[in-house]
Amino acid sequence: MAKLDIIGIPRALLYYKYRYLWECFFKELGCHILLSPETNKEIMDQGINHSIDESCLSAKIYMGHIYAIINQVDYIFVPRFCNFARQETVCTKFNALYDIVRNTFPHKEVLHYNVDVLKRNGELKGFIKMGLALKKNFFLIVKAYIKAKLKQKHHDKLAHKQQADLINNESCLKMLIVAHPYNRYDKLVGFPIIKYLMENNIMPVYADIVDHKVARQRSLNISKTLHWTYSKELIGAIDYYQDKIDGIIFISTFPCGPDSLVNELCLRKIKYVPMLNLVLDELQGEAGLHTRLESFIDIIKIRKNKQEAVS
Amino acid sequence: MNKTAKVLSFPRLGNYHIPIAFFVRKVLQVEVLEPLPMTRRTLEVGAKYSPEFVCVPFKYNLGNFIEALERGANVLVQAGGGCRFGYYAEVQEQILRDLGYQFEFINIVPTAKITPWSIYKKFKEINYNLNILRFIYYFYLVFRMTKMMESMEKYIRENGGFATKEKSLITIYQQFLTSLNTTNSWSDLKRKYLRYNRLLKAIELDKPSDYLKIGIIGELYTAMEPFSNCDIETNLISKKIAVTRLTTVTYLVFDKLRNRRQIINAAGQYATYSLGADGTDNIARAKYFGEHGYDGIIHTKPFACTPEVDAMPILQKISRDYNIPILYLSFDAQTSEEGILTRIEAFYDMVKMRRDRNEKGLFRS
Repeated sequence: MAKLDIIGIPRALLYYKYRYLWECFFKELGCHILLSPETNKEIMDQGINHSIDESCLSAKIYMGHIYAIINQVDYIFVPRFCNFARQETVCTKFNALYDIVRNTFPHKEVLHYNVDVLKRNGELKGFIKMGLALKKNFFLIVKAYIKAKLKQKHHDKLAHKQQADLINNESCLKMLIVAHPYNRYDKLVGFPIIKYLMENNIMPVYADIVDHKVARQRSLNISKTLHWTYSKELIGAIDYYQDKIDGIIFISTFPCGPDSLVNELCLRKIKYVPMLNLVLDELQGEAGLHTRLESFIDIIKIRKNKQEAVS
Repeated sequence: MNKTAKVLSFPRLGNYHIPIAFFVRKVLQVEVLEPLPMTRRTLEVGAKYSPEFVCVPFKYNLGNFIEALERGANVLVQAGGGCRFGYYAEVQEQILRDLGYQFEFINIVPTAKITPWSIYKKFKEINYNLNILRFIYYFYLVFRMTKMMESMEKYIRENGGFATKEKSLITIYQQFLTSLNTTNSWSDLKRKYLRYNRLLKAIELDKPSDYLKIGIIGELYTAMEPFSNCDIETNLISKKIAVTRLTTVTYLVFDKLRNRRQIINAAGQYATYSLGADGTDNIARAKYFGEHGYDGIIHTKPFACTPEVDAMPILQKISRDYNIPILYLSFDAQTSEEGILTRIEAFYDMVKMRRDRNEKGLFRS
């Protein structure tokens, strides 16, 4: 019996957005998946060693995840994203990631799919090409893709519903976390912040858990010329949740390209709620972070008490 | 603001403000405030009101806008590109509005890519009497004018260091640029070009056969605006080096869009897909320089420019494969000129030593 292919998926960047789609697809095709462990200090250090020092922290962590599993797998999985429609692009980091990995780790075969809708490379076409590269049956690939896509949709909807229920039922203070999924789920980047909020009895509302189509539509209320889809979804969520939250925390990694401009615009345009802009890098100390969060929480509590006293 | 005359201004980039101002003056028939040469203050003002880790062209452009508004401009124009540049306009407009300025803001590329037609429609909004034929005539005229400037600049970059009389080429070029403002027709422009080009070529050159060749690649703004890169081109030219720089405005606006496929093919095994903005172009050029026996490459970028940072691991590989040294320069609002010049000096020494050693090696064998 032929040996099963082991496909390595780095637990970083867009994994958090498409995890069910990717995992389910490869499982349906009968491949083994090796997921890299949660981010830890060693992964980050290796990532820093394997990337240019000016790349953003999230991309450095990604390289660390690849390094952590590269010797145990047959293929490493690095998708390439370019655009989903006109004015629906992604950060150029995702355009280049496949070529960066290929050039940094030249001895390993890189498995990828390409999403570039303006050049007629849709997601399905990309998945079919990828499946054929793994020498699988065409119909099996299409079936696996459809199944995986439905599963991803189901989970997105479920998460949205759960969050909506929580918002309606909980009475504690609610903080909107505006951060890319890869920052807010990451054990070293976003997790300490979320944990601190929870310990202080504040409910985090995640901007990435939202009906993405609605969010992209509503982002026009804040910015008209924004062309990064993932940023659109986040700031659309600000507009969507605006009357349900008591504060906003922006989490970005230094020096994130889209966030440097988008967060600035949000800080200037949104007037109705207090905001905190956290920029994290690899030298982050926990104490400084806690001080800033603590004082921000105090401000929100005082503001809330005042509002209640008036009404 | 009541019905006062419109005064238009735009950010500065190298010498390109001359054709742009000429075009706007002829086509829109509004007053144009040409951006002043960049100073330390431009950057300081721009950096003060910019987000902290945005790339440095944003800060320069914002500084240009603030200085123009202070001098009385009330219509500002900003373009856009494939990276963060495409989102500059909206954020800059918001920042300037928050500062309390009154102005009209024109974003040339709000949704689509730059085409002559989209520019025409934008211009029609400002000047209702604009005639399409007049637009096409001046569009073509300015296109030729830019091409002429670029070809002369190219000649100066390649030969400027070898002129027997120092800086004589630059002086003639400056005269050409001043004369451009009074251009009134196509034949007039052509006459001027032929005259100054003849003068330029007439200058005696003392070019040895084994001169050093260095290529400049990198992000478009820091490659083309001398103030933002501490004028490394002039510095290299004065060291008797032939400098090649392939990034020009006509390349970015016209050639690049036409030859997308060729650029990726030229990058060969190093890039499968476009890296976004000018990343792929720079990889293709680095490979070209490596193949054509250049002595070194200088790569310029603003701090944290994502497409160029993405290109860097690949450039490092090219550097190893072709055995060609690459100097990576990163510019920001705090970059000190001395630091850059020292690095260039060291790079120049290294390139020269490599060349000498190779020649000796050749003699021995």
